[in-house]
Amino acid sequence: MRVPGPKPTVSLRSIPSLPKHIRLQFDPVRQAVAVLAPEQVLWPNEAGLDILRRCDGRFTVDHIIADLVTEYDAEQEEVAADVIAFLQDWSDKLLVKL
Amino acid sequence: MSEPLLPPIGMLAELTHRCPLQCPYCSNPLELLKADRELDTKTWLELFSQAADLGVLQVHLSGGEPTLRRDLEQLIAGLSARGVYTNLITAGVGIAEGRIQAFARAGLDHLQLSFQGAHPASTDCIGHYPGSHEKKLETARLARACGLPLTINAPIHRHNIEDVPQFIDLALSLGAERLEIANVQYAGWALANRDRLMPDLAAVERQADIVAAAREKLIGIMNIDFVTPDYFATYPKPCMGGWARDAFVVAPDGTVLPCHAAQSIASLRFERFETRPLAEIWAHSEAFNAFRGTEWMQEPCRSCERREVDWGGCRCQAVAIAGDAAATDPACIKSPMHAHMGMLIDETQRKVTPIAGEPFIRRRIGVFKSAASSLTPSARPS
Repeated sequence: MRVPGPKPTVSLRSIPSLPKHIRLQFDPVRQAVAVLAPEQVLWPNEAGLDILRRCDGRFTVDHIIADLVTEYDAEQEEVAADVIAFLQDWSDKLLVKL
Repeated sequence: MSEPLLPPIGMLAELTHRCPLQCPYCSNPLELLKADRELDTKTWLELFSQAADLGVLQVHLSGGEPTLRRDLEQLIAGLSARGVYTNLITAGVGIAEGRIQAFARAGLDHLQLSFQGAHPASTDCIGHYPGSHEKKLETARLARACGLPLTINAPIHRHNIEDVPQFIDLALSLGAERLEIANVQYAGWALANRDRLMPDLAAVERQADIVAAAREKLIGIMNIDFVTPDYFATYPKPCMGGWARDAFVVAPDGTVLPCHAAQSIASLRFERFETRPLAEIWAHSEAFNAFRGTEWMQEPCRSCERREVDWGGCRCQAVAIAGDAAATDPACIKSPMHAHMGMLIDETQRKVTPIAGEPFIRRRIGVFKSAASSLTPSARPS
């Protein structure tokens, strides 16, 4: 098996985005935001959605963390760890591009 | 019902039973419908609209070969207009020039392409279609060129189980982001061909090791979905995520089914869209309520701590092997029929023939005709 390069890794300078075929969509039947992806539907919690809504190819991870620190009035280190772990997990599942 | 009825998330639309391939493990029923029994464009669009109202978020457009429907672009556009995620499940042969691009323009979200083999000779032999491997490669290239994400589906059995590493390389070389290593499940056509398809335990174990190692190496690069073979399992799968729990199937003539093989359960009666709205069928159809939730369960399922993990497993396998659709899936180690399933594996290994000489019962419309109470082959073609 020829593995095409190492897997993408999150850094503070990464600019995450959702691939075109991954859709964040409000579902009026369940009154919740769904993530529609090949062969799966995911229901992220509010914290996850706050990260995903900022994955639009404009902001660095650093910027997203700073934004959420203000919004949640939370510790920088704690938010940074959560955001990086979340994005790495979603990148590993090919749901977020870095 | 012990819990509230939830709306369905997914729908498998079997637009047609027509198909250029003749795979001996096709998941369609033995009694295939001719083109004149298929719903027309307007009815499919109305059905999709009702499905969206009901809460369906993803529609899998399948068959037979769905691209044989000349109105497929229109059907995709109709779903897309309602915000429904569309997945086209195709064999990728005989698709006219320009159509894949047209599907993408109509709003198609994802394409799943089957490969019967990892090499031209085995793809062409299993599907009984010379030149099909090359055509599939071309379909994959066209799909990627117009930006469609790609899943490669590899149905696995005795004749290609040793080629799993080549399937992984093939999927990587085509730029797929998902690969399904889907071991054939022995219902319908695969049940009729079980003696000619079942792998042996050693091959199944080798395959599991190869997939586990590849999955680890390909994290963040390609997802591998591994559908393990029920006959070698310890616990059953939650078939369809649980009977009538979050998904349903519609046959080409509009019959609404809890799973694609449900018509093999002779005791159930199914309803057709057109005679009743979809929401009523989902909530009130006898067939949907027959095995919904956990109330219908017998022992050992009834008191099992896994009853809401696997929902009793596959009802069609229960009827096929245990002779009772409400029995525990024999794939489960707690089923009194579990040892019998092991014996069935042994029986299939008595005569193993090379693929070229394998006397498959080929999937074709008209091979099986409905008799009074059972399906009998009306012909035995090679």
